[in-house]
Amino acid sequence: MHDVIRQRFKALNPQAPFCSLRFVETQSEALSVRKNVQQPLLRQLDRGVMISVVKDGGFGYAATSDLSVEGLQQALRQAEHWAQASGACSVLNYSQVSFPVATGRHVGPAAGQPLQWDRRGLLDVLMQESSACQQDARIVDWSVHVRRLDSSQLYLTSDGSDLEQHFRYLIPSLTVTAFANGEAQTRSLGGQYNGFCQQGGSEILAVAGLEGAGVRVADEALQLLAAPNCPSGIRDLLLMPEQMMLQIHESIGHPLELDRILGDERNYAGTSFVTPDMFGHYQYGSPLLNVSYDPSRQHEFASFGWDDDGSTAEKTLLIKDGILLRPLGGHISQTRAALPGVANSRACNWNRAPIDRMANLNIEPGTSSLEDMIANVESGVLMDTNSSWSIDDSRNKFQFGCEWGRLIENGKLTHVVKNPGYRGISATFWRSLKAVGNEASLKVMGTPFCGKGEPNQVIRVGHAAPACLFASIDVFGGEN
Amino acid sequence: MQHYFYALADFIQSRLVANELFTVWLSGEQSDFVRFNHAKVRQAGNVKQAYLTLQLVQGQKHISQTITLSNSTDIDNDTLATVLKELRGALADVQDDPHLLLSETVVNTDYSPASRLPDSASMVADITRMAANTDLVGILASGDVFCGFANSFGQRNWHQTSSWNFDWSLYLREDKAVKRGGAGFEWSAATLQSSLAEAQSQLALLARSAKTIAPGQYRAYLTPTALVELIGMLNWGGVSEKSLRNKQSALEKLANGEQRFSPLFNLSNNVGAGLAPAFQSAGFIKPEQVELIRAGQLIGSLISPRTAKEYNLTSNAEDGEGAESFDMGAGVLPIANALKALDTGLYISNLWYLNYSDRAMCRVTGMTRFACFWVEQGEIVAPLNVMRFDDSLYRLLGSQLEALTQEREFLTNAGTYGGRSTDSQRIPGALLAGINLVL
Repeated sequence: MHDVIRQRFKALNPQAPFCSLRFVETQSEALSVRKNVQQPLLRQLDRGVMISVVKDGGFGYAATSDLSVEGLQQALRQAEHWAQASGACSVLNYSQVSFPVATGRHVGPAAGQPLQWDRRGLLDVLMQESSACQQDARIVDWSVHVRRLDSSQLYLTSDGSDLEQHFRYLIPSLTVTAFANGEAQTRSLGGQYNGFCQQGGSEILAVAGLEGAGVRVADEALQLLAAPNCPSGIRDLLLMPEQMMLQIHESIGHPLELDRILGDERNYAGTSFVTPDMFGHYQYGSPLLNVSYDPSRQHEFASFGWDDDGSTAEKTLLIKDGILLRPLGGHISQTRAALPGVANSRACNWNRAPIDRMANLNIEPGTSSLEDMIANVESGVLMDTNSSWSIDDSRNKFQFGCEWGRLIENGKLTHVVKNPGYRGISATFWRSLKAVGNEASLKVMGTPFCGKGEPNQVIRVGHAAPACLFASIDVFGGEN
Repeated sequence: MQHYFYALADFIQSRLVANELFTVWLSGEQSDFVRFNHAKVRQAGNVKQAYLTLQLVQGQKHISQTITLSNSTDIDNDTLATVLKELRGALADVQDDPHLLLSETVVNTDYSPASRLPDSASMVADITRMAANTDLVGILASGDVFCGFANSFGQRNWHQTSSWNFDWSLYLREDKAVKRGGAGFEWSAATLQSSLAEAQSQLALLARSAKTIAPGQYRAYLTPTALVELIGMLNWGGVSEKSLRNKQSALEKLANGEQRFSPLFNLSNNVGAGLAPAFQSAGFIKPEQVELIRAGQLIGSLISPRTAKEYNLTSNAEDGEGAESFDMGAGVLPIANALKALDTGLYISNLWYLNYSDRAMCRVTGMTRFACFWVEQGEIVAPLNVMRFDDSLYRLLGSQLEALTQEREFLTNAGTYGGRSTDSQRIPGALLAGINLVL
């Protein structure tokens, strides 16, 4: 298909100073079992192109699933129409943007290899885990899922870029709800938003620990039913990677997106407390905080070779020793803001235009073992796996809830607590970081569901993080 | 597109073998999307998409596949023939589905009024001209949205509208802004002009020194655009029959009688008064209206075809069991008297980023956003800096609900995840004796 698209793009012979074509094809299949009943099997074959044009200072695009010569010609005309119609009233003279030129091929883990998709075998595994969840009558709902996606992408430009990328994604999940005395507790494998999603083949199921998860997760749901509410007050807070991914995402990732800083998202996803003058000196967190944009990590969900504007993706530190260095901004945002950035201009599909997204945003591991961090806490709470998240439109005042909590008292983990939550302000929260877990405590997490943009886009992101310890945080539980 | 879709359905029918049935659902649009920042264009373009979902059924076995249509008969027929073959093969791997429910009563519908939209570029020209010298940010979406259903029983349904939705904010500085939006089937530059002028007058109030308040309990007036965010939380499984049956609904304590809302609170899913199509993606015709909460008590729920089959009920909703057209009953407080009735407290125009903080207690947290004000003795005194609330809907829409306004706003959903939403809500304003602010 890619060669056909190449030929048709060449034949378009666009007259605009710059023209690009981005072809995306995704094939997916989702298997699931709920309460020991196979759920409808869903498959998808999604393919289309976006043609973008810079002309007369304007930028226009047109997306279509009509891949015929005529379909592409019509899309080109529409993209040219919007470039010309907006040229005189654009936020930027796009003619002054020098887009990257690159050629190459990127193949992610397991992508391009023959598909090992033993449907019956996988359905058997799901049914086995489903059956294992049903431990007693208090388990009222449970489900197990696995989804695969094979995606390929071709990016061509009129000035010679030719970038081909291939990916395979696997997304396992398992969720159990227990209910007694008028209250339900839900526990999951890596979160209810597919935290163990990764790139790769069937080995990802083992990495996620899907087999055997039914018994363990159901047991934890039952433990939560019997647990007291998390106490309220100021305590040390130990966040496990399944919650750290959300903490990074909401209070570092989104505030550092350069399009938010430039105001593009103010009507929807919001602005940022970060301003352009902060880069290079702002103390974002304690000196233990090191944050990277890392599209090169094997298997992480949003690893890639180039972004959707053709910029080469390379690991870059955004925060070093607590100091804010650079934003998450793609080529166009970098031009607008006159700031350095990274290759994170990304679209969720062929029918949405690229905007600044966080891709893989990771916390670099530190030197503390999990055991040492726990031993150094006199009064604290361990929280694991996000269940609730809310943050203001400047990405400052947040409140997050977790599925699972355990008290830490005098250096030891003690009893389980339910409905654990905490509040803070991004601008000060990261400065309370008092220990960063070592490599042994790190997990590679992610989610397929990061929402942003107008028109709206849901995109894949990855977050690798160790366990992290924060001092003196406002924690709370549910109502008694 | 309608005839093309029906021809594809006929092709699928012609390729079935003995004992096979099919359903097919089409969802598509041809939309112009134009993003604005600082009253200038950030991104402008057109999206032409058509997603067709084919469900192949053999007895109680079934599998669905979604494809993108190319709009070329040869290509799409070839793709469908291949898909049918693949689905047929995959059916051997799946078990009978005890919860499969097919719509077998044929009801054909056709709703496709002619477009009255102008060229989108002229709308953009109106916006950039009228908003010049302001800091306007937002998105214009305009064009055709369509969906269709067909099955092997001969049912054919089509729903197509040509509409615009302009969702925008006017900024003064930093996070101080006025949020507005509009939608319709005809474009009126004059209406936009007056809406911009009204927003600018409220922007003047935001120029006053902002007030930062301490956490605690405050009287509050929630405009319809703020209240709709609270009501929207009931769509997170709250009124879903499946969630209620499986104890996942935040309204469990309402369902079992432990809690109740205010007698002032009435809520329905009023599809008949909304913008969504009259038929489901499984082909069932939606009831015009489903009563959900009457005088503070739960009296109905939304039931998907699968849930209906599982519990031997009648289906009245899509698979997600969410309301497409929440319709909340009006009260008696004239909006013009809202500030006076509030006396001293918070005037909240918008809430933002809500989530459950304790689902069992229907406790919700979220932020104030955009134009929110501190009010004293019925007069706006100062804009508020953003605050976090954390409170139970059983309190906010129960013991703390003093009044609802007699006027309601018809709010269209500007959402475009995957495609342009056809959801809408009709919501009054609400006067609250107290809302709990925590940060």
